Amino acid sequence: MAAPIPLQPKIRTFELNVYYGHKHALQDVTLEIYANRVTAFIGPSGCGKSTFLRALNRMNELIPNARTTGRVEIDGINIYDPNVDVVQVRRRVGMVFQQSVPFPKSIYDNVAFGLRLNGRPSKAELDEIVEQSLRRAALWDEVKDRLHHSALELSGGQQQRLCIARAIAVNPEVLLMDEPCSALDPISTAKIEELIEELKRDYTIVLVTHNIQQAARISDYTGFFYLGRLVEYNRTRELFTNPQRKETEDYITGRFG
Amino acid sequence: MATSPSADLKAQNVDRDTLTESPLRTSHSFTQRRFFRWGEWIAEQLTRLIAFSTIAVIGLIFLFIAREAIGVFSAHDTYPSPPSQATPEVYGAEPPEAASPEVYNPEAEPAQPTTERLSSPAAGNTPSQQPLPLLQNLLSTTWQPVSAQPKYGLLPLITGSLKVTVIALLLATPIGVLAAIFVAFFAPLWLREAIKPIVELLAGFPSVVIGFFCLMVVGSFVQETLGTTYRLNAFVAGIGLAIAIVPVIFTIAEDGLANLPRQLWEAGLALGARPWQVVARILVPAATPALFAAVLLGFGRSFGETMIVLMASGNAPLLSWSPVEPVRTMAATIGAEMGEVVWGSLHYSILFLIGLLLFAVTFTLNSIAELWVRQRLLKRFRGLTT
Amino acid sequence: MTQRYGFQREWSWQTLVGVAFVATTALAACCLLGLSISLLGHFSIGGLPHVTWEFLTEAPRNNNTEGGIFPAIYGTVLLVILMTLLGVPVGTVTAIYLVEYAREDAAFTRWVRFGVNTLAGVPSIVFGLFGLGFFVQFVGKGIDRLLGLELMWGKPALIWAAATLAVLTLPVVIVSVEEALRSVPRQLREAALALGATRWQMIRRVVLPHAFTGVLTGSILAVSRGAGEVAPIMFVGAAYSLPELPKGLTSQFMELGYHLFVLSTQSPDVEATRPLQYATTVVLLLTTFALNLTAILLRLNMRRRQLMNR
Repeated sequence: MAAPIPLQPKIRTFELNVYYGHKHALQDVTLEIYANRVTAFIGPSGCGKSTFLRALNRMNELIPNARTTGRVEIDGINIYDPNVDVVQVRRRVGMVFQQSVPFPKSIYDNVAFGLRLNGRPSKAELDEIVEQSLRRAALWDEVKDRLHHSALELSGGQQQRLCIARAIAVNPEVLLMDEPCSALDPISTAKIEELIEELKRDYTIVLVTHNIQQAARISDYTGFFYLGRLVEYNRTRELFTNPQRKETEDYITGRFG
Repeated sequence: MATSPSADLKAQNVDRDTLTESPLRTSHSFTQRRFFRWGEWIAEQLTRLIAFSTIAVIGLIFLFIAREAIGVFSAHDTYPSPPSQATPEVYGAEPPEAASPEVYNPEAEPAQPTTERLSSPAAGNTPSQQPLPLLQNLLSTTWQPVSAQPKYGLLPLITGSLKVTVIALLLATPIGVLAAIFVAFFAPLWLREAIKPIVELLAGFPSVVIGFFCLMVVGSFVQETLGTTYRLNAFVAGIGLAIAIVPVIFTIAEDGLANLPRQLWEAGLALGARPWQVVARILVPAATPALFAAVLLGFGRSFGETMIVLMASGNAPLLSWSPVEPVRTMAATIGAEMGEVVWGSLHYSILFLIGLLLFAVTFTLNSIAELWVRQRLLKRFRGLTT
Repeated sequence: MTQRYGFQREWSWQTLVGVAFVATTALAACCLLGLSISLLGHFSIGGLPHVTWEFLTEAPRNNNTEGGIFPAIYGTVLLVILMTLLGVPVGTVTAIYLVEYAREDAAFTRWVRFGVNTLAGVPSIVFGLFGLGFFVQFVGKGIDRLLGLELMWGKPALIWAAATLAVLTLPVVIVSVEEALRSVPRQLREAALALGATRWQMIRRVVLPHAFTGVLTGSILAVSRGAGEVAPIMFVGAAYSLPELPKGLTSQFMELGYHLFVLSTQSPDVEATRPLQYATTVVLLLTTFALNLTAILLRLNMRRRQLMNR
């Protein structure tokens, strides 16, 4: 078990609503996500869990016609405040996507990408952070001899771990993961789950997953989304052993249409 | 309701496969249906045959232009070439300061060995009628086909083509590529919807109209602003060609940029990059093969363009590196002289030889763009959905 | 790790570079727009007032310095109709082969595709040489020899110019028909096949009617391209000045683009015929733009339908 770190809210949302055109994709979500914990969100496809995740680093703004109301506070600051720089938000809230998206560059350049965005770090600095990030993503041993090969040569699982390394290289505080294992085989999935367990010591991890077992295995808190609403949110063990709502029970026991 | 009949059918099939023992019924339903359909076969072979015609046309173009060009080496007015003289004389004697390196292009070289190789065996056994040997004549620096002693030096034409093409590319590439970047990534939707049809409109301008525009407007404008000696010159023709190829470069570049996997954009932003950083550091580098293809096709288009150059370049076959002197290109030479030439004469054959050269150059460029660039693009995005 | 507070905008030189970068690209786009608009404006202002009814319906007089351009309009229309009849069927069938029969990985398919792309890049003047060398010198002279005629087909003529343009516009037709065929939804094909249609029946009865717009678009684009090309027909049949209309397939003819070229460069008094030149340009531009616009609208419509089908 991970060392007990006192429970501190990292992210708070208040009556968060997201609309895609006329579609009300996310309705009145209010919750707290705690620092140094893994929080998982489950639910059937189209239930709004990915929308919620993308609201946490304002990625929904990239979708034309998307509109967000309500508040998302990170360390007490509303990231939807007009004075807030979205770039700063995204630097502090990293994201890993469902499908791994390595840039068509070398492995090294992929990891160094975020570091080079502001200013010019020295070669030695870069080398060090790249190695560190790759080590933490449990990829270093597999790629250390071919750092300057194209990232597209890696296998699917390796690519996904590279994306994690790339995200943590800029030292974010929160790591959002949108179904990070859905395109991977069981062995790669196990590796990434192990990695998540490892990473929560330093980061607040928010995970969206299709896989109920995965949520039960690796998360500390679990939220269940259904039809754009947060139906239930609780400690993972509580939610899985003693669900308060009928929809939750139906979903986790697999009785769902 | 709609699915129930097919579900029934499926159920029946399963029954038949697994449960029915009768060999009669299965053999009837499965082996009897494969008989030969003549109509189908003819339709497929016919379409295949007609599709083959596109390949055939390429072959025919080459064959029939070569057929007319071969007259260069067998026509009545050819003559033997003294073995020692077959070198270009004045090419190296150009004033060195005139030879600016950016205009020089190694593309000019392949043309010479080709003519040399083709001509030497044929030239050896034809009767002598004129004082200047053919090969030396072709490689000389004067193009004077209609005179008492015709001179067919291709060098001024080849360098002329290269000169206007390079000018056109230098003007059109930055504008086309940058505008494509703007439209693909920065322009608001309504602007994008407005720009693309307008550029398509520009692409639809017939080249003779662009040539006319250069003749009327650009020529005087350039003369007034730059104070050039000649109203029509290589630079004016270059501007005309740039007008013609800028939509081509823009369209291909925009296509390549806009079709990049969308996830790259999101992944970059999620790392905290600013939009322009994602564009400059990820998207544009990722699309380099497409941009390269755009420039190659622009090169091909302007190298072979006839009407614009014919109307705007001044058409003097001078061998010079100056961008503001009149110039004569290969394509314009064919366009200007083919109408008046005697069919079957040496001059006629040489015009076809120039055409063959043009065809070879554009064919090579297209092959590179097609085979090499496309492969690179495919390789680059293996595994990423577009 | 030091705790960072707030998400304030940080000024850095990166911001400046970013603004400069976006501004440069916007400037390039403006150049492109400005160019298009100034070209259009120049010719509209210079030419529209001179496009009169007489200009459109009369033949040129006095060595092209007076009169109208009716023979050129007539010749151009005839030329593109013939070209369409010759080229569009071949292009359509090729596209059908590429979409419906060809296996994408087969060597033959790749060669056909390569052929189409190469053809699209061949300079138009080379097509002119090809028309002269193949259609006039080989096919035309061959027919003459076969029929025992003396110089009937073996000279520059309307039919050979149309054939040359048909070859030139072949890639245009193939590409747009191909796009149209690919836009036919898969479910529609599968439904037809599931009802027991053979492949050809499926193409004939389902795919082609559905892709008709695309075939039309391809033809229109080809016509617009063909109507503007001058270089390929300069020595395959276009005439300098010919007041009478072409009488048959073997006649020579006048063409708008070539007429503009002749007026602006070969005329005895270039200055005097300036209004004629501008008016001819406007007629040529209006023709090609009207055609292009139709094609663009048709294609937009088709793409919208395709998106809805997804």
